[in-house]
Amino acid sequence: MEWITQLQQIVGKDHVKQSRAQLAAYSFDATAGFQAMPDAVVSPESTEQIAAIMNVCRTYKVPLVPRGSGTNLAAGTVPSQGGIVLLFNRMNQIIELDEDNLCVTVQPGVITLDLATYVESHQLFYPPDPSSMKISTIGGNVSENSGGLRGLKYGVTKDYVMALTTVLPNGTILKTGGKLAKDVAGYDMQSLLVGSEGTLGVVTEITLKLIPLPKAQKTGIAYFTSLEAAGKTVSEIIAAKIIPATLEFMDRGTMDAVEQFMNLGLPQDAEAMLLMEQDGDEEAVTRDVEQMIALAIKNGATHTAVASSAEEALRLKAGRRAALSALSRKRPTTILEDATVPRSELAKMVRAIEEIAIRNQVEIHTFGHAGDGNLHPTCLTDSRDVEEMKRVEQAFAEIFEVAISLGGTITGEHGVGEMKSPYLEWKIGAEGIDLMRTLKQAIDPDNICNPGKMFAKSTKPRVVLHYG
Amino acid sequence: MVNVLEQRMQQSFVDHVDENLLMDCMRCGFCLPACPTYLITGQDEVHSPRGRIALMKAVRDGEVKWDGSVEEAFDVCLGCRACEPACPAGVQYGTLLEETRYAIQEAKPTSLKEKLIRKVAFDGLFANQQIMQGTVKLIQFYQASGIQKVTRKVGFMELFPDSLRDMETVLPKIVSKKTRQPQEKKQLRVAFFTGCLMETMFQQTNQRTIELLEYLGAEVIIPGGQACCGALHGHSGELPKAKRNAVQNVNAFHHEDFDFIVQNAGGCGAFLSEYGKLLGSVEAQRFSEQLTDISSLLVKLGLTEKIAQLPKKTEGVVTYQDSCHLRNVNKVWVEPRALLQATPGWEFKEMPNAAGCCGSAGIYNLLQPVVAGQILEQKMKGVKAVTPARVVTSNPGCLLQMKVGIEREGLGASMQAVHIVDFIYETIF
Repeated sequence: MEWITQLQQIVGKDHVKQSRAQLAAYSFDATAGFQAMPDAVVSPESTEQIAAIMNVCRTYKVPLVPRGSGTNLAAGTVPSQGGIVLLFNRMNQIIELDEDNLCVTVQPGVITLDLATYVESHQLFYPPDPSSMKISTIGGNVSENSGGLRGLKYGVTKDYVMALTTVLPNGTILKTGGKLAKDVAGYDMQSLLVGSEGTLGVVTEITLKLIPLPKAQKTGIAYFTSLEAAGKTVSEIIAAKIIPATLEFMDRGTMDAVEQFMNLGLPQDAEAMLLMEQDGDEEAVTRDVEQMIALAIKNGATHTAVASSAEEALRLKAGRRAALSALSRKRPTTILEDATVPRSELAKMVRAIEEIAIRNQVEIHTFGHAGDGNLHPTCLTDSRDVEEMKRVEQAFAEIFEVAISLGGTITGEHGVGEMKSPYLEWKIGAEGIDLMRTLKQAIDPDNICNPGKMFAKSTKPRVVLHYG
Repeated sequence: MVNVLEQRMQQSFVDHVDENLLMDCMRCGFCLPACPTYLITGQDEVHSPRGRIALMKAVRDGEVKWDGSVEEAFDVCLGCRACEPACPAGVQYGTLLEETRYAIQEAKPTSLKEKLIRKVAFDGLFANQQIMQGTVKLIQFYQASGIQKVTRKVGFMELFPDSLRDMETVLPKIVSKKTRQPQEKKQLRVAFFTGCLMETMFQQTNQRTIELLEYLGAEVIIPGGQACCGALHGHSGELPKAKRNAVQNVNAFHHEDFDFIVQNAGGCGAFLSEYGKLLGSVEAQRFSEQLTDISSLLVKLGLTEKIAQLPKKTEGVVTYQDSCHLRNVNKVWVEPRALLQATPGWEFKEMPNAAGCCGSAGIYNLLQPVVAGQILEQKMKGVKAVTPARVVTSNPGCLLQMKVGIEREGLGASMQAVHIVDFIYETIF
């Protein structure tokens, strides 16, 4: 094929792969139930090469799917319409740490944890910490606008992006932002690009904001016999003007799975668990954690603990960390979802998920980031069972419906991708979709960049809720 | 045109690769940073556990037709199983790899030559320890007769590929077997799984293993009729032959009464510890449960306290290269380090990425010399970072590979690779 030859000329023959094994290995990401073969897998080494690749793709109408480590959970990096999968394994350098301007400039292929460790060795802090940070790349985090456990206090990836270099679908190289704290010149193109999931271009260089590394950190835990008590505690913590670094939640089903898996001795009568962490100056950290525990006790927590050492903190966190592992071992297929509600609606949302699971006869357990209302209802199923999968889909549609009706959204940190595209209109309305289409059309008229993502062929009909 | 091999391969995957085990993989990618071949190939998903499992499934489901690129993906795997501890979903990757290699072996037309080599290796050499001993006697003759000196001098080995040449230079000096005196009955009885390489090429290490255990008050029994553990068979797609050896070993150890079965080779230990799973019998399960590795047993019998009291003279820095199988399958990494830390005169220093595979992986370094060489080069960077006088290992393959690494780096004068038993033995006696 002519276009393959041209790609080989741009990046070198060794970096355009087309073997059956290669195509299969890049046909999926971490999303259950989505798979499609690309036509080639390409590894460029510079922004200029990516611009040249973009021109070839545009000329020959070949879809281009940028892919970091493929850990995303909304099928955002599955090459569902073929074309090329664009890798960043050769663009993984930390280019510059600028301590005067508190920022770091990196190539997109840098692993998130490597960046975090690197800046921490300079007493600086990059707060976004997606659970996949050991594996995920910064480029992927920017494209998906990834969140993490520290979202409540520190925000998500977009809150740290200061400058971007992006190859646009017309092959031009756009630079946005800079090492500036303030910049209000013109449309905020950068915000449009962050979280655009590779549909508006390819990000090739990123400058990220850093903050001073907090001096101290403390961890506490509380178990409740009712969901509502846990939910009320979350609200009261915020009302008491404490913004914890993390405030994590597990429901009864998740705790049962963790206990079966790890034998940590979690209380058997607990309906919900809250894991609380604060970071900052020593004194403030101690005061905040003590106050959070006091609020939990006031709301009827049956058991509480505060870690007195780093090892003990790890022990308290072990259960929450093992949540996904423990759940995933129960059934062949694990679908981790990402519904988010205002934190005041937390208990209501978890109850609704429980009812929906029972009604649809599927197994769903919930854990997540209570502090920012970002829940991960996790469905344990078997993708080979067609009938069950229909019920799973119905259950998730109902979950999204409830989330939106409570003022929430269909995704807090995973992105829309292909999996959630049929639900996007529920959240942003027909007007929102129209405006997005107009923008996409203007920027990528040939629909080269990650086609089939964000924009669904059709929107799912809204479900009729029995939830009351 | 219908490709018969493609069809046969798919059927073989259906027959031999367990779909339920494949389904356990949720493709989260947590295995990626743990996989040495993924990292050494510049993060190539084909050479990752997640990629390989996807390929197994794709071949099984008929979504990807078999070809050389698919075969290569399975060949490049070291089988180090570092992915297993990293996996949240508990995927049994080792079992899947064995099943896959068996499926390939079953369906693939093999040349007469390969058939012959496999027959000699798996039915002869690595089945029956007497044949193995005969072969090693040849090596011994080769070394003792002066032929080794001559071949080295005239550069005969230059005619062979690098990997084999390097191996030839690091072959240990083989000592003759000592006849054992029958022992008086003691309270603690330990049955020794001698292994084939360890009982021949590393005969001295085996003798010292026995002496160390006796020094700690144990009676050591060597049940007769032992076979090779079967790991090499299992990893090379010869599962039925691996099972044949397993049955023979379980029988050999079934009749006597003892407290532990001990072994001193990480790779064998992992395979032995999975006999229960492999054979599914009560006897095999009991065999696996009784099995322990030499470091764990030495610690259990109080060796750390005992050696800590020995007189101190300053020796130098010692570091430890984990045996992948001992660490990832048998979960033993604390005990060998405890022993090294307790050894008087030696300063234990952890090298970077000590848990990462050295590239030996059974006969991988002979089959995949390029990748093995790259992994070893990476490994030696870690070794050099701590500049030890001794690199201690717990497996014969790792030991030879580390010797090769030391030779290649030209560090032979200041650095030695030794088995943990030899290291401890030399401290005490």
